Amino acid sequence: MMSLLNALPGAVAQGLIWGIMAIGVYITFRVLDIADLTVDGSLCTGGAVCIMLMLGGQNVWVAMLGAVLAGMLTGLSTGLFHTFMGIPAILSGILTQLGLYSINLKIMGKANQAINVDKFDLLVSLRFIKNVPLYKNTIPIVALTIVILILFLYWFFGTELGCSLRATGCNDKMARAQGINTDFNRVLGLMISNGLVALSGALLAQYQGFADINMGRGAIVIGLAAVIIGEAVFGRVFRNFGFRLLGVALGSIIYYLVLQFVIWMGIDTDLLKLLSAVVVAIFLAIPTWKSRYFSKPVKRGGKG
Amino acid sequence: MLEVKNIYKTFNPGTVNEKLALNGLSLTLADRDFVTVIGGNGAGKSTLLNAIAGTWPVDEGQIVIDGKDVTKLSEHKRAGFLGRVFQDPMNGTAATMGIEENLALALRRGHRRTLKQGISGSERKLYRDLLAKLNLGLENRLTSKVGLLSGGQRQALTLLMATLEKPKLLLLDEHTAALDPKTAAKVLETTENIVNQDHLTTLMITHNMKDAIQIGNRLIMMNEGQIIYDVSGEEKKRLTVEDLLHKFAEASGGAFANDRMMLAK
Repeated sequence: MMSLLNALPGAVAQGLIWGIMAIGVYITFRVLDIADLTVDGSLCTGGAVCIMLMLGGQNVWVAMLGAVLAGMLTGLSTGLFHTFMGIPAILSGILTQLGLYSINLKIMGKANQAINVDKFDLLVSLRFIKNVPLYKNTIPIVALTIVILILFLYWFFGTELGCSLRATGCNDKMARAQGINTDFNRVLGLMISNGLVALSGALLAQYQGFADINMGRGAIVIGLAAVIIGEAVFGRVFRNFGFRLLGVALGSIIYYLVLQFVIWMGIDTDLLKLLSAVVVAIFLAIPTWKSRYFSKPVKRGGKG
Repeated sequence: MLEVKNIYKTFNPGTVNEKLALNGLSLTLADRDFVTVIGGNGAGKSTLLNAIAGTWPVDEGQIVIDGKDVTKLSEHKRAGFLGRVFQDPMNGTAATMGIEENLALALRRGHRRTLKQGISGSERKLYRDLLAKLNLGLENRLTSKVGLLSGGQRQALTLLMATLEKPKLLLLDEHTAALDPKTAAKVLETTENIVNQDHLTTLMITHNMKDAIQIGNRLIMMNEGQIIYDVSGEEKKRLTVEDLLHKFAEASGGAFANDRMMLAK
């Protein structure tokens, strides 16, 4: 039991860091209505750029800014594949993701790059969870980052441009009829989303002390899991857009707490990704099942 | 106001589904013309509206709106000149966004979308006044999601959105066809009110021949991607549904086999 309790702060910290990525996934998956598979690659790009910039002598803020910009470039690539070249969104993401495998290897020079927490001034680390002052503690730092990001996104999606982006995802035919450049908005949304994902990757690499070519594998599934859990648990309470994003971040924490619990129960850790995939598949199926098997017959003859 | 010059459009060229949808069509609309468009299925009515709106580029020809050649402009750029209402009530609005948010999107049609707040406080009063005129009780539901509205309410709202920023040309693509007769009549009445009040130039497709005769100052009939009958003024007012059916039979070589038009009598 103690081992579980000891593992909890770590799970919360990881959940928070992945929560930033989950917010990015929410923007593409829910706002733009695109399942963007770029994230599996851009998460690693963020981590790799951050670590390499720091190893090259840049301070942590510059390194993270570089990571975000690199992430936005990956979103730009997927966006152009999708809009300018007319490739379906899912395939566009897969193409970028595959290309990023090579690019990430080139950024790092090898498959794995470690960074020493004692020699570099990292913002977050798994060493900064217990027995450190509050302002150095990873959990409040990431939590504050999330709050700032949510406030920013809440503001942005309330602006003229942000509203037009939401309309693009909701009904692109209507959006174009109202003079909205839907192609531009899709690219912009993908850039914002992958910028967030790369920021998450930058924090994750610092947290675990290394960037690894495989660190983003299955990230999209974790992101979707967080989105779905957040909506299932907080959907009825959090209706406002900002709170929904918060729900997604909390969903990510719940995901990591459950994961930690399952590990504590003694499950074969090789099976964890399978478990995540099955759980996400079932949750994604719920809306379909609901309408197919549990829908109540609609009374006809009501007012038109 | 609108000049369509000799436009051609072929769908799926080079395949078994090849279809010549617009066959050298030309049409000129004067300022404040209200033109009703009729014709059988596949006559090219919707294709004509989509060509004007720029849903896809035309193969040949030229489209000029208010003296500006828009033939090469993309759909969202042309939208600055156009107001559009579609047949399917789902198409014209963003269901997951509020009524006021939809109106705010429409108010900015043709303007750059900046990082200013999406809706300003003073707009809300304008929206409330305009919604009140629709007489659908929407003026007190500004923040309700549009997805909760009925088809008729959504079409009325879309109409408001299409004309909120006064368009050079209003394109109505059978916008009452999906509604029950009573609601359809009400939306049609709203349409006439708005068009008259704002002095709009309008192109309206309809399957209802009575409406086509009664509404507007000009009527065109389409067949196989061309305009086969164009009538306006007093002559149009004297038309009967029988005349139109006869005209259609004549033009389409006697073979009159369109049940939807028959039923629409």
